[in-house]
Amino acid sequence: MGIFPFLVVAWIVVVGLYGIVTSRDLINQIMCLIVVQSSTYVLLLGVGYVTGGAAPYFSDIPLRTKAVDPVVQALALTDVVVEAAVTALLLSFAIQAYKRFGTLDPHELAEFKG
Amino acid sequence: MTPGQRRWFFLIAAAGLVACYLWAFAGLPGFGDYPGPYGQEVLRQAVRQTHATGVVSAVNFEYRGFDTVGEEFILFAAAAGMSVVLRRLRQERESEPAGEAANQAGGAATPATSSAMRVPALLMVGPTALIGWWLASHAQTDPSGGFQGGVILASAFILIYLSGEFLAFRRLSPVALLDAVEAVGAAGFAAIGLAALVMNLPYLDNYLPLGQFPGAVSSSGTIALISFFVGLEVAAAFVLIVGEFLSQTLLRRRSA
Amino acid sequence: MIPVAVMDTLQIVVLVAVAAGATVVVRTRSRVRQVLALSVYGMLLAILFFVFQAPDVTLSELTVGAVALPVVLLLAIAKVRKPEQ
Repeated sequence: MGIFPFLVVAWIVVVGLYGIVTSRDLINQIMCLIVVQSSTYVLLLGVGYVTGGAAPYFSDIPLRTKAVDPVVQALALTDVVVEAAVTALLLSFAIQAYKRFGTLDPHELAEFKG
Repeated sequence: MTPGQRRWFFLIAAAGLVACYLWAFAGLPGFGDYPGPYGQEVLRQAVRQTHATGVVSAVNFEYRGFDTVGEEFILFAAAAGMSVVLRRLRQERESEPAGEAANQAGGAATPATSSAMRVPALLMVGPTALIGWWLASHAQTDPSGGFQGGVILASAFILIYLSGEFLAFRRLSPVALLDAVEAVGAAGFAAIGLAALVMNLPYLDNYLPLGQFPGAVSSSGTIALISFFVGLEVAAAFVLIVGEFLSQTLLRRRSA
Repeated sequence: MIPVAVMDTLQIVVLVAVAAGATVVVRTRSRVRQVLALSVYGMLLAILFFVFQAPDVTLSELTVGAVALPVVLLLAIAKVRKPEQ
Protein backbone atom coordinates (compact mmCIF):
# COMPACT_ATOMS: atom_id res chain seq x y z
CA MET A 1 0.00 0.00 0.00
CA GLY A 2 3.12 2.15 0.00
CA ILE A 3 2.25 5.67 -1.05
CA PHE A 4 -0.98 5.03 -2.97
CA PRO A 5 -3.17 7.29 -0.76
CA PHE A 6 -0.68 10.12 -1.23
CA LEU A 7 -0.83 9.66 -5.00
CA VAL A 8 -4.60 10.03 -4.77
CA VAL A 9 -4.07 13.24 -2.78
CA ALA A 10 -1.78 14.64 -5.48
CA TRP A 11 -4.36 13.69 -8.12
CA ILE A 12 -7.18 15.45 -6.29
CA VAL A 13 -5.09 18.61 -5.90
CA VAL A 14 -4.14 18.73 -9.57
CA VAL A 15 -7.68 17.99 -10.75
CA GLY A 16 -9.13 20.66 -8.49
CA LEU A 17 -6.58 23.23 -9.61
CA TYR A 18 -7.32 22.38 -13.24
CA GLY A 19 -10.98 23.04 -12.55
CA ILE A 20 -10.20 26.42 -11.02
CA VAL A 21 -7.93 27.46 -13.88
CA THR A 22 -10.26 26.48 -16.70
CA SER A 23 -13.55 27.61 -15.21
CA ARG A 24 -15.70 30.43 -16.56
CA ASP A 25 -17.95 30.85 -13.57
CA LEU A 26 -17.12 32.00 -10.05
CA ILE A 27 -19.45 29.52 -8.35
CA ASN A 28 -17.91 26.71 -10.36
CA GLN A 29 -14.50 27.83 -9.13
CA ILE A 30 -15.66 27.83 -5.53
CA MET A 31 -16.84 24.24 -5.83
CA CYS A 32 -13.51 23.19 -7.34
CA LEU A 33 -11.84 24.94 -4.41
CA ILE A 34 -13.88 22.72 -2.08
CA VAL A 35 -12.41 19.70 -3.86
CA VAL A 36 -8.87 21.02 -3.36
CA GLN A 37 -9.59 21.58 0.34
CA SER A 38 -10.80 18.01 0.70
CA SER A 39 -7.43 16.69 -0.43
CA THR A 40 -5.85 18.07 2.75
CA TYR A 41 -8.22 16.03 4.92
CA VAL A 42 -7.27 12.84 3.11
CA LEU A 43 -3.58 13.69 3.46
CA LEU A 44 -3.87 14.37 7.19
CA LEU A 45 -5.68 11.13 7.90
CA GLY A 46 -3.40 9.18 5.61
CA VAL A 47 -0.31 10.35 7.46
CA GLY A 48 -1.63 9.31 10.84
CA TYR A 49 -2.92 5.87 9.96
CA VAL A 50 -1.47 2.80 11.70
CA THR A 51 -1.95 -0.58 10.00
CA GLY A 52 -4.23 -2.74 12.09
CA GLY A 53 -5.00 0.14 14.44
CA ALA A 54 -8.44 0.85 15.83
CA ALA A 55 -10.20 4.18 16.27
CA PRO A 56 -8.84 6.10 19.30
CA TYR A 57 -11.90 5.70 21.53
CA PHE A 58 -11.41 3.60 24.63
CA SER A 59 -14.89 3.33 26.10
CA ASP A 60 -15.27 -0.27 25.00
CA ILE A 61 -11.80 -1.54 24.07
CA PRO A 62 -8.93 -2.08 26.49
CA LEU A 63 -6.59 0.81 26.98
CA ARG A 64 -3.52 -0.75 25.41
CA THR A 65 -4.93 -1.60 21.97
CA LYS A 66 -3.03 -0.23 19.01
CA ALA A 67 -4.86 2.86 17.76
CA VAL A 68 -4.42 5.39 14.98
CA ASP A 69 -3.09 8.85 15.64
CA PRO A 70 -5.69 11.13 17.30
CA VAL A 71 -3.90 14.44 16.76
CA VAL A 72 -4.36 14.56 12.97
CA GLN A 73 -8.00 13.53 13.42
CA ALA A 74 -8.56 16.48 15.73
CA LEU A 75 -7.01 18.81 13.15
CA ALA A 76 -9.09 17.42 10.27
CA LEU A 77 -12.26 17.57 12.34
CA THR A 78 -12.21 21.29 13.08
CA ASP A 79 -10.93 21.92 9.57
CA VAL A 80 -14.02 20.46 7.89
CA VAL A 81 -16.49 22.60 9.77
CA VAL A 82 -14.56 25.84 9.64
CA GLU A 83 -13.90 25.66 5.92
CA ALA A 84 -17.62 25.29 5.26
CA ALA A 85 -18.14 28.68 6.87
CA VAL A 86 -15.27 30.21 4.92
CA THR A 87 -16.83 28.84 1.72
CA ALA A 88 -20.05 30.61 2.66
CA LEU A 89 -18.08 33.84 3.02
CA LEU A 90 -16.56 33.31 -0.45
CA LEU A 91 -20.04 32.76 -1.88
CA SER A 92 -21.26 36.02 -0.40
CA PHE A 93 -18.37 37.78 -2.15
CA ALA A 94 -19.41 36.12 -5.41
CA ILE A 95 -22.96 37.38 -4.90
CA GLN A 96 -21.61 40.87 -4.22
CA ALA A 97 -19.60 40.71 -7.48
CA TYR A 98 -22.71 39.66 -9.37
CA LYS A 99 -24.79 42.48 -7.95
CA ARG A 100 -22.11 45.04 -8.73
CA PHE A 101 -20.93 43.94 -12.17
CA GLY A 102 -23.73 41.73 -13.46
CA THR A 103 -21.41 38.90 -14.45
CA LEU A 104 -19.76 35.91 -12.78
CA ASP A 105 -17.14 35.28 -15.44
CA PRO A 106 -13.67 35.66 -13.92
CA HIS A 107 -12.16 36.73 -17.24
CA GLU A 108 -14.60 39.62 -17.54
CA LEU A 109 -14.36 40.53 -13.88
CA ALA A 110 -10.61 40.95 -14.15
CA GLU A 111 -11.11 43.95 -16.38
CA PHE A 112 -12.82 46.03 -13.69
CA LYS A 113 -10.17 47.76 -11.69
CA GLY A 114 -10.93 49.74 -8.57
CA MET B 1 -3.59 35.15 -22.57
CA THR B 2 -6.02 32.92 -24.42
CA PRO B 3 -7.68 29.98 -22.64
CA GLY B 4 -5.62 27.52 -24.66
CA GLN B 5 -2.37 29.16 -23.64
CA ARG B 6 -3.58 29.27 -20.03
CA ARG B 7 -4.27 25.54 -20.12
CA TRP B 8 -0.82 24.69 -21.44
CA PHE B 9 0.81 26.93 -18.88
CA PHE B 10 -1.17 25.21 -16.15
CA LEU B 11 -0.23 21.73 -17.37
CA ILE B 12 3.46 22.55 -17.31
CA ALA B 13 3.17 24.05 -13.83
CA ALA B 14 1.14 21.07 -12.62
CA ALA B 15 3.82 18.70 -13.86
CA GLY B 16 6.35 20.59 -11.76
CA LEU B 17 4.01 20.50 -8.76
CA VAL B 18 3.47 16.75 -9.08
CA ALA B 19 7.21 16.20 -9.33
CA CYS B 20 7.72 18.09 -6.08
CA TYR B 21 4.90 16.13 -4.43
CA LEU B 22 6.37 12.79 -5.47
CA TRP B 23 9.77 13.81 -4.18
CA ALA B 24 8.18 14.76 -0.85
CA PHE B 25 6.12 11.58 -0.58
CA ALA B 26 9.17 9.43 -1.26
CA GLY B 27 10.55 10.67 2.04
CA LEU B 28 7.46 9.72 4.04
CA PRO B 29 7.51 6.46 6.02
CA GLY B 30 4.72 4.96 3.92
CA PHE B 31 1.05 4.51 4.60
CA GLY B 32 0.40 2.70 7.84
CA ASP B 33 3.85 3.01 9.39
CA TYR B 34 3.17 6.01 11.56
CA PRO B 35 6.30 6.46 13.69
CA GLY B 36 5.53 9.82 15.27
CA PRO B 37 6.11 9.76 19.03
CA TYR B 38 3.62 12.54 19.87
CA GLY B 39 0.49 10.65 18.85
CA GLN B 40 1.45 7.46 20.64
CA GLU B 41 2.38 9.39 23.77
CA VAL B 42 -0.98 11.18 23.78
CA LEU B 43 -2.76 7.84 23.43
CA ARG B 44 -0.90 6.49 26.45
CA GLN B 45 -1.52 9.44 28.74
CA ALA B 46 -4.85 10.88 27.66
CA VAL B 47 -7.34 8.67 29.44
CA ARG B 48 -5.43 8.70 32.68
CA GLN B 49 -4.85 12.45 32.67
CA THR B 50 -8.22 13.72 31.55
CA HIS B 51 -10.65 10.89 32.33
CA ALA B 52 -12.02 11.26 28.82
CA THR B 53 -12.31 8.13 26.71
CA GLY B 54 -12.76 10.10 23.50
CA VAL B 55 -9.11 10.91 22.90
CA VAL B 56 -9.75 13.02 19.79
CA SER B 57 -11.94 15.44 21.73
CA ALA B 58 -9.41 15.46 24.55
CA VAL B 59 -6.76 16.50 22.04
CA ASN B 60 -9.07 19.09 20.53
CA PHE B 61 -10.15 20.81 23.71
CA GLU B 62 -7.30 20.15 26.11
CA TYR B 63 -3.97 19.28 24.60
CA ARG B 64 -4.58 21.43 21.54
CA GLY B 65 -7.17 23.76 23.03
CA PHE B 66 -5.31 26.84 21.90
CA ASP B 67 -5.55 25.81 18.24
CA THR B 68 -9.26 25.16 18.65
CA VAL B 69 -9.80 28.68 20.04
CA GLY B 70 -8.18 30.00 16.88
CA GLU B 71 -10.36 27.84 14.62
CA GLU B 72 -13.48 28.91 16.43
CA PHE B 73 -12.62 32.53 15.91
CA ILE B 74 -12.11 31.87 12.21
CA LEU B 75 -15.69 30.57 12.17
CA PHE B 76 -16.89 33.60 14.10
CA ALA B 77 -15.12 36.00 11.75
CA ALA B 78 -16.48 34.25 8.65
CA ALA B 79 -20.06 34.48 9.92
CA ALA B 80 -19.55 38.12 10.93
CA GLY B 81 -17.98 39.01 7.59
CA MET B 82 -20.85 37.41 5.73
CA SER B 83 -23.38 39.37 7.76
CA VAL B 84 -21.57 42.62 6.99
CA VAL B 85 -21.38 41.97 3.24
CA LEU B 86 -24.95 40.76 2.79
CA ARG B 87 -26.67 43.21 5.12
CA ARG B 88 -25.13 46.12 3.31
CA LEU B 89 -26.34 44.62 0.05
CA ARG B 90 -29.82 44.28 1.50
CA GLN B 91 -29.96 47.95 2.51
CA GLU B 92 -28.94 48.99 -0.97
CA ARG B 93 -31.57 46.68 -2.42
CA GLU B 94 -34.36 48.07 -0.26
CA SER B 95 -33.63 51.59 -1.41
CA GLU B 96 -34.34 50.68 -5.02
CA PRO B 97 -37.41 52.29 -6.59
CA ALA B 98 -40.69 50.47 -6.07
CA GLY B 99 -41.17 50.08 -9.80
CA GLU B 100 -38.49 47.46 -10.03
CA ALA B 101 -40.05 45.44 -7.23
CA ALA B 102 -43.35 45.48 -9.11
CA ASN B 103 -41.54 44.17 -12.18
CA GLN B 104 -40.26 41.20 -10.22
CA ALA B 105 -43.73 40.54 -8.86
CA GLY B 106 -44.80 39.63 -12.37
CA GLY B 107 -42.11 36.98 -12.52
CA ALA B 108 -42.49 33.22 -12.01
CA ALA B 109 -44.60 32.25 -9.02
CA THR B 110 -42.88 29.77 -6.73
CA PRO B 111 -44.85 26.51 -6.36
CA ALA B 112 -46.09 25.48 -2.92
CA THR B 113 -44.00 22.91 -1.06
CA SER B 114 -45.38 19.40 -1.53
CA SER B 115 -46.58 17.43 1.49
CA ALA B 116 -44.09 14.68 0.78
CA MET B 117 -41.46 17.25 1.69
CA ARG B 118 -43.20 19.04 4.54
CA VAL B 119 -44.23 16.11 6.69
CA PRO B 120 -40.90 14.28 6.95
CA ALA B 121 -39.03 17.54 7.39
CA LEU B 122 -41.27 18.65 10.23
CA LEU B 123 -41.14 15.22 11.84
CA MET B 124 -37.35 15.21 11.76
CA VAL B 125 -36.90 18.59 13.42
CA GLY B 126 -37.26 17.29 16.96
CA PRO B 127 -35.00 14.23 16.67
CA THR B 128 -32.38 16.23 14.80
CA ALA B 129 -32.23 18.87 17.48
CA LEU B 130 -32.00 16.16 20.12
CA ILE B 131 -29.19 14.35 18.31
CA GLY B 132 -27.30 17.60 17.85
CA TRP B 133 -27.63 18.46 21.53
CA TRP B 134 -26.56 14.95 22.56
CA LEU B 135 -23.51 15.06 20.34
CA ALA B 136 -22.45 18.48 21.55
CA SER B 137 -22.56 17.45 25.19
CA HIS B 138 -20.87 14.04 24.91
CA ALA B 139 -17.49 15.05 23.55
CA GLN B 140 -15.54 13.09 26.07
CA THR B 141 -17.09 9.67 25.64
CA ASP B 142 -17.93 8.90 22.04
CA PRO B 143 -17.10 10.15 18.59
CA SER B 144 -18.89 13.42 19.06
CA GLY B 145 -18.13 16.94 19.99
CA GLY B 146 -19.09 20.55 19.76
CA PHE B 147 -18.36 21.00 16.07
CA GLN B 148 -20.46 18.14 14.74
CA GLY B 149 -23.23 18.68 17.26
CA GLY B 150 -23.43 22.34 16.38
CA VAL B 151 -23.85 21.69 12.67
CA ILE B 152 -26.55 19.08 13.29
CA LEU B 153 -28.36 21.49 15.62
CA ALA B 154 -28.23 24.12 12.87
CA SER B 155 -29.62 21.66 10.36
CA ALA B 156 -32.68 21.22 12.59
CA PHE B 157 -33.45 24.89 11.93
CA ILE B 158 -32.75 24.44 8.24
CA LEU B 159 -35.32 21.63 8.18
CA ILE B 160 -37.91 24.12 9.35
CA TYR B 161 -37.11 26.27 6.33
CA LEU B 162 -37.17 23.26 3.99
CA SER B 163 -40.66 22.37 5.11
CA GLY B 164 -41.83 25.64 3.66
CA GLU B 165 -42.27 27.61 6.85
CA PHE B 166 -39.80 30.36 6.21
CA LEU B 167 -41.56 32.84 8.44
CA ALA B 168 -41.52 30.34 11.29
CA PHE B 169 -37.80 29.91 10.69
CA ARG B 170 -37.29 33.65 10.90
CA ARG B 171 -39.40 33.98 14.02
CA LEU B 172 -37.60 31.14 15.77
CA SER B 173 -34.19 32.53 14.97
CA PRO B 174 -34.23 36.33 15.04
CA VAL B 175 -30.95 37.81 13.96
CA ALA B 176 -30.30 39.66 17.21
CA LEU B 177 -30.68 36.47 19.22
CA LEU B 178 -28.37 34.57 16.87
CA ASP B 179 -25.71 37.23 17.12
CA ALA B 180 -25.94 37.11 20.89
CA VAL B 181 -25.78 33.30 21.11
CA GLU B 182 -22.82 33.15 18.77
CA ALA B 183 -20.99 35.75 20.79
CA VAL B 184 -21.77 33.89 24.01
CA GLY B 185 -20.37 30.69 22.54
CA ALA B 186 -17.14 32.25 21.33
CA ALA B 187 -16.65 34.34 24.45
CA GLY B 188 -17.48 31.41 26.71
CA PHE B 189 -14.63 29.37 25.32
CA ALA B 190 -12.17 32.22 25.72
CA ALA B 191 -13.53 32.99 29.18
CA ILE B 192 -12.96 29.43 30.39
CA GLY B 193 -9.35 29.80 29.39
CA LEU B 194 -9.05 33.20 31.02
CA ALA B 195 -10.56 31.85 34.23
CA ALA B 196 -7.65 29.43 34.36
CA LEU B 197 -5.30 32.40 34.07
CA VAL B 198 -7.01 34.08 36.99
CA MET B 199 -6.36 30.99 39.10
CA ASN B 200 -2.63 31.17 38.38
CA LEU B 201 -2.75 28.21 35.99
CA PRO B 202 -1.66 28.19 32.36
CA TYR B 203 -4.26 29.39 29.84
CA LEU B 204 -6.95 26.73 29.15
CA ASP B 205 -5.66 24.42 31.87
CA ASN B 206 -8.16 21.80 33.00
CA TYR B 207 -9.16 22.96 36.47
CA LEU B 208 -12.62 21.49 37.00
CA PRO B 209 -12.99 18.20 38.90
CA LEU B 210 -12.11 15.31 36.65
CA GLY B 211 -14.87 12.94 37.75
CA GLN B 212 -14.81 9.52 39.31
CA PHE B 213 -14.26 7.27 36.36
CA PRO B 214 -13.41 7.86 32.73
CA GLY B 215 -16.17 8.08 30.19
CA ALA B 216 -19.00 9.44 32.30
CA VAL B 217 -20.82 12.52 31.09
CA SER B 218 -19.75 14.60 34.05
CA SER B 219 -16.10 13.64 33.86
CA SER B 220 -13.13 15.28 32.15
CA GLY B 221 -13.50 18.74 33.61
CA THR B 222 -13.43 21.62 31.18
CA ILE B 223 -13.59 19.44 28.07
CA ALA B 224 -17.34 18.89 28.33
CA LEU B 225 -17.98 22.54 29.12
CA ILE B 226 -15.87 23.81 26.23
CA SER B 227 -17.54 21.39 23.86
CA PHE B 228 -20.95 22.72 24.91
CA PHE B 229 -19.95 26.31 24.21
CA VAL B 230 -18.40 25.38 20.88
CA GLY B 231 -21.63 23.61 19.93
CA LEU B 232 -23.63 26.75 20.71
CA GLU B 233 -21.32 28.90 18.65
CA VAL B 234 -21.16 26.63 15.62
CA ALA B 235 -24.94 26.18 15.56
CA ALA B 236 -25.59 29.91 15.82
CA ALA B 237 -22.99 30.67 13.13
CA PHE B 238 -24.52 28.25 10.63
CA VAL B 239 -28.11 29.35 11.26
CA LEU B 240 -26.91 32.94 10.84
CA ILE B 241 -25.18 32.09 7.56
CA VAL B 242 -28.23 30.32 6.13
CA GLY B 243 -30.53 33.06 7.41
CA GLU B 244 -28.50 35.76 5.67
CA PHE B 245 -28.77 33.95 2.37
CA LEU B 246 -32.48 33.31 2.87
CA SER B 247 -33.40 36.89 3.71
CA GLN B 248 -32.56 37.92 0.21
CA THR B 249 -34.53 35.20 -1.56
CA LEU B 250 -37.50 36.08 0.66
CA LEU B 251 -37.80 39.41 -1.13
CA ARG B 252 -38.46 37.60 -4.36
CA ARG B 253 -40.80 35.01 -2.86
CA ARG B 254 -42.96 37.51 -1.01
CA SER B 255 -43.66 39.49 -4.14
CA ALA B 256 -44.56 36.35 -6.13
CA MET C 1 -11.38 -7.54 14.21
CA ILE C 2 -11.38 -7.31 10.46
CA PRO C 3 -8.24 -8.87 8.92
CA VAL C 4 -5.72 -6.38 7.59
CA ALA C 5 -5.96 -7.60 4.00
CA VAL C 6 -9.72 -6.94 3.81
CA MET C 7 -9.26 -3.49 5.28
CA ASP C 8 -6.52 -2.73 2.77
CA THR C 9 -8.68 -3.76 -0.20
CA LEU C 10 -11.56 -1.69 1.12
CA GLN C 11 -9.30 1.33 1.47
CA ILE C 12 -7.94 1.00 -2.03
CA VAL C 13 -11.43 0.69 -3.52
CA VAL C 14 -12.72 3.75 -1.68
CA LEU C 15 -9.60 5.77 -2.56
CA VAL C 16 -10.11 5.04 -6.25
CA ALA C 17 -13.79 6.02 -5.91
CA VAL C 18 -12.78 9.30 -4.25
CA ALA C 19 -10.33 10.10 -7.05
CA ALA C 20 -13.01 9.36 -9.65
CA GLY C 21 -15.53 11.45 -7.70
CA ALA C 22 -13.18 14.44 -7.65
CA THR C 23 -12.78 14.19 -11.42
CA VAL C 24 -16.56 14.04 -11.92
CA VAL C 25 -17.13 17.09 -9.70
CA VAL C 26 -14.61 19.15 -11.61
CA ARG C 27 -15.86 18.08 -15.01
CA THR C 28 -19.51 18.92 -14.34
CA ARG C 29 -20.16 22.41 -15.60
CA SER C 30 -23.82 23.02 -14.85
CA ARG C 31 -24.13 24.59 -11.40
CA VAL C 32 -26.94 22.59 -9.86
CA ARG C 33 -25.56 19.31 -11.14
CA GLN C 34 -22.19 20.16 -9.71
CA VAL C 35 -23.78 20.69 -6.30
CA LEU C 36 -25.31 17.23 -6.53
CA ALA C 37 -21.98 15.74 -7.57
CA LEU C 38 -20.31 17.53 -4.65
CA SER C 39 -22.85 16.02 -2.29
CA VAL C 40 -22.10 12.50 -3.53
CA TYR C 41 -18.38 13.27 -3.30
CA GLY C 42 -18.87 14.30 0.31
CA MET C 43 -20.53 10.99 1.04
CA LEU C 44 -17.63 9.10 -0.59
CA LEU C 45 -15.21 11.11 1.52
CA ALA C 46 -17.17 10.23 4.64
CA ILE C 47 -16.89 6.53 3.79
CA LEU C 48 -13.15 7.00 3.24
CA PHE C 49 -12.69 8.66 6.62
CA PHE C 50 -14.66 5.85 8.23
CA VAL C 51 -12.44 3.22 6.67
CA PHE C 52 -9.42 5.20 7.91
CA GLN C 53 -10.71 4.64 11.48
CA ALA C 54 -11.76 8.25 12.09
CA PRO C 55 -15.45 8.31 13.12
CA ASP C 56 -15.34 11.90 14.37
CA VAL C 57 -14.18 13.25 11.05
CA THR C 58 -16.80 11.07 9.33
CA LEU C 59 -19.54 12.74 11.37
CA SER C 60 -18.26 16.20 10.54
CA GLU C 61 -17.91 15.49 6.84
CA LEU C 62 -21.38 13.91 6.67
CA THR C 63 -23.15 16.83 8.29
CA VAL C 64 -21.19 19.48 6.45
CA GLY C 65 -21.12 17.78 3.06
CA ALA C 66 -24.73 16.65 3.05
CA VAL C 67 -26.45 19.55 4.78
CA ALA C 68 -24.48 22.73 5.27
CA LEU C 69 -22.54 23.02 2.01
CA PRO C 70 -25.31 22.06 -0.46
CA VAL C 71 -27.83 24.35 1.28
CA VAL C 72 -25.47 27.31 1.21
CA LEU C 73 -24.42 26.63 -2.40
CA LEU C 74 -27.98 26.21 -3.67
CA LEU C 75 -29.11 29.41 -1.96
CA ALA C 76 -26.25 31.31 -3.56
CA ILE C 77 -27.05 29.82 -6.96
CA ALA C 78 -30.70 30.80 -6.56
CA LYS C 79 -29.68 34.35 -5.87
CA VAL C 80 -27.48 34.83 -8.93
CA ARG C 81 -29.89 33.18 -11.31
CA LYS C 82 -31.43 35.56 -13.84
CA PRO C 83 -35.18 35.92 -13.18
CA GLU C 84 -37.27 34.06 -15.73
CA GLN C 85 -38.90 36.41 -18.15
